[in-house]
Amino acid sequence: MMEIRTPKTHKAKRVLEKRAPKLVENGKKTLILHGTKTSATLSSVLMELYRLKKGGAIKYSRRNENIRPFESGGETSLEFFSQKTDCSIFAYGSHTKKRPDNLVLGRMYDHHVYDLIEVGIENFKSLLSFSYDKKIAPHEGSKPFICFTGEGFENVPELKQLKEVLTDLFRGEVVDNLNLTGLDRAYICSAVSPTKVFLTHCAIKLKKSGTIVPRIELVEVGPSMDLVIRRNRLPNEGLRKEAMKSSKDKPKKKVKNVDQDDVLGKRGRIFIPEQEVGKTPLPDKSKGVKRERREGKLKKKNKEEGSASKKHKESE
Amino acid sequence: MDMETDQIYQIDVGNLLAFNPNHRFSSAPSSREELVKECVTEGTKLVQAIADTLFNLPSTETNDGPLVQLPPPTTKLPREKHLPRPKPPTKWEEFALKKGIQKRKKDKIVYDETTDKFKRRHGYDRVNDDNDIPIIEAKASDEPGEDPFAKRLDDKKKRVGKQEKNRLENLKTAAKAGALPSHVQLAVTGLPISGTKTQPKKIGKEALGDVAGLAATSTASGGKFDKKLPGEKPPKKQGKHHKYLPVVPRYGWVDEEKEQTNKVLGKLLSKHSHEILNVGKAINMYNDKKEKKKSGRSDKLKAKKDITKKKPYANKAN
Repeated sequence: MMEIRTPKTHKAKRVLEKRAPKLVENGKKTLILHGTKTSATLSSVLMELYRLKKGGAIKYSRRNENIRPFESGGETSLEFFSQKTDCSIFAYGSHTKKRPDNLVLGRMYDHHVYDLIEVGIENFKSLLSFSYDKKIAPHEGSKPFICFTGEGFENVPELKQLKEVLTDLFRGEVVDNLNLTGLDRAYICSAVSPTKVFLTHCAIKLKKSGTIVPRIELVEVGPSMDLVIRRNRLPNEGLRKEAMKSSKDKPKKKVKNVDQDDVLGKRGRIFIPEQEVGKTPLPDKSKGVKRERREGKLKKKNKEEGSASKKHKESE
Repeated sequence: MDMETDQIYQIDVGNLLAFNPNHRFSSAPSSREELVKECVTEGTKLVQAIADTLFNLPSTETNDGPLVQLPPPTTKLPREKHLPRPKPPTKWEEFALKKGIQKRKKDKIVYDETTDKFKRRHGYDRVNDDNDIPIIEAKASDEPGEDPFAKRLDDKKKRVGKQEKNRLENLKTAAKAGALPSHVQLAVTGLPISGTKTQPKKIGKEALGDVAGLAATSTASGGKFDKKLPGEKPPKKQGKHHKYLPVVPRYGWVDEEKEQTNKVLGKLLSKHSHEILNVGKAINMYNDKKEKKKSGRSDKLKAKKDITKKKPYANKAN
């Protein structure tokens, strides 16, 4: 026995439509959570990551004991949370003796784990430890520049995956129009060795130069850390192909009542509303309202006045 | 984009992304600050390269600043959800396709022949409303005892039920193909108990907890010695439910009962007693009580005590 359930309010309907699979997708949201034990550095990393991604991230504060991303059964909780919060990237932090300051960055496809990469955090500097002029502090939710330096990102497969994951993580929404005054942050990732990536967050200072293009100056403001590659899991080839599929842009919504023809060119259709013969406002044909009569009257009046004044003049 | 010369970066303007594949960091680690400085300088070069392309794009001036149209991003990233799947045609759509039936747009206003007016097709005061038919002529095929109006209602109910069933079937096939519309959910419901119409209403978590608590304390010893199940909440209000003040005050202590009555009296006899005491209500209550007392003796609902029967009592003498 099945029952059809539809949302009773418009708001609920809109939320469901927002979360439905679409041709052009919304920006990916990030889920930040931690496991049984976290160290001080790790908790500040997670907190600052949340702050950097404020508009599009959800942070869970309780510890989750049954999440083990790299084990086969340990992903069910993650998938459930992903479904509940509609987040397709997650950052899971944990601290164990074997893997201190561990951060697992993962992505979801259809709320199932797509790929994972595990990094260890070293040399973490919190954003509170940087001192800078507060005026150049980046605004929340601004679109960042993302820069990758180093041949490692091309040659080492783990770093290649990390590059993709970091791009996905920091990218935010894909926009058509960009306001150039709102560019104020940049993420710099440098592959200092085949296993280590140095990540830092900088604010952008635009300086006057001779041309339209301003001179860029970067000032370190945000957290900076070293990411050491530990484990990773690449997506299945089939799954990867499916996720990378993008439909060709479907033709935009057809303009109504216009059709293109090779023979006749562009043709449009015009609809004339029905004439309601009974309801058309008829002209007011009453005698006094006619323009000729009015003008005639006016002329007569002027004539009389004119002749009266003439007479008056004559009499004088 | 190009990888010909050593100095060209891979730039993706749509994502504000730049990649320099050619820089080599020295394997001999220089001091940390030097390394950081090197990374930031390289980063600056990359951001400058993106900004060069960005600021040269055609821009429109708005109140907030120059707005540029970004090109679509070139790096391919995996989607977060699958592409929307095409909906399978419904039973009617298949039939229409087979028969070649075209969809016709229906007018909102239709001419009603019975009243020679234009009426709307759906809604208030509509064309062909079932309730408006005053007379139904009897046909030769009609049975004598049948109510044609009831029959019409019945037919309509059957049609609506059939349509609902068809709609459910269509949604099921769509769900099978993975193309259920986003706002619809198909839920499996339990079977109704045979013989009853409605399904038993689900009790909420709190109500269940309360009932469980009540059941737990309704043992002979008030539930004190029963083993508690994991997750069971402690009873709500333990212990006494009323506090009675002592009649005889302790030596040296304030007479609380006296104070209580004095307080009430004071309030009643004070200047502002009309604000506290609702005289009208008090009078009504008094009158009601009096009437009840009067009629109470002959109240038929109250079980009458049979005074002829004597209470058996134990023989205390022995």
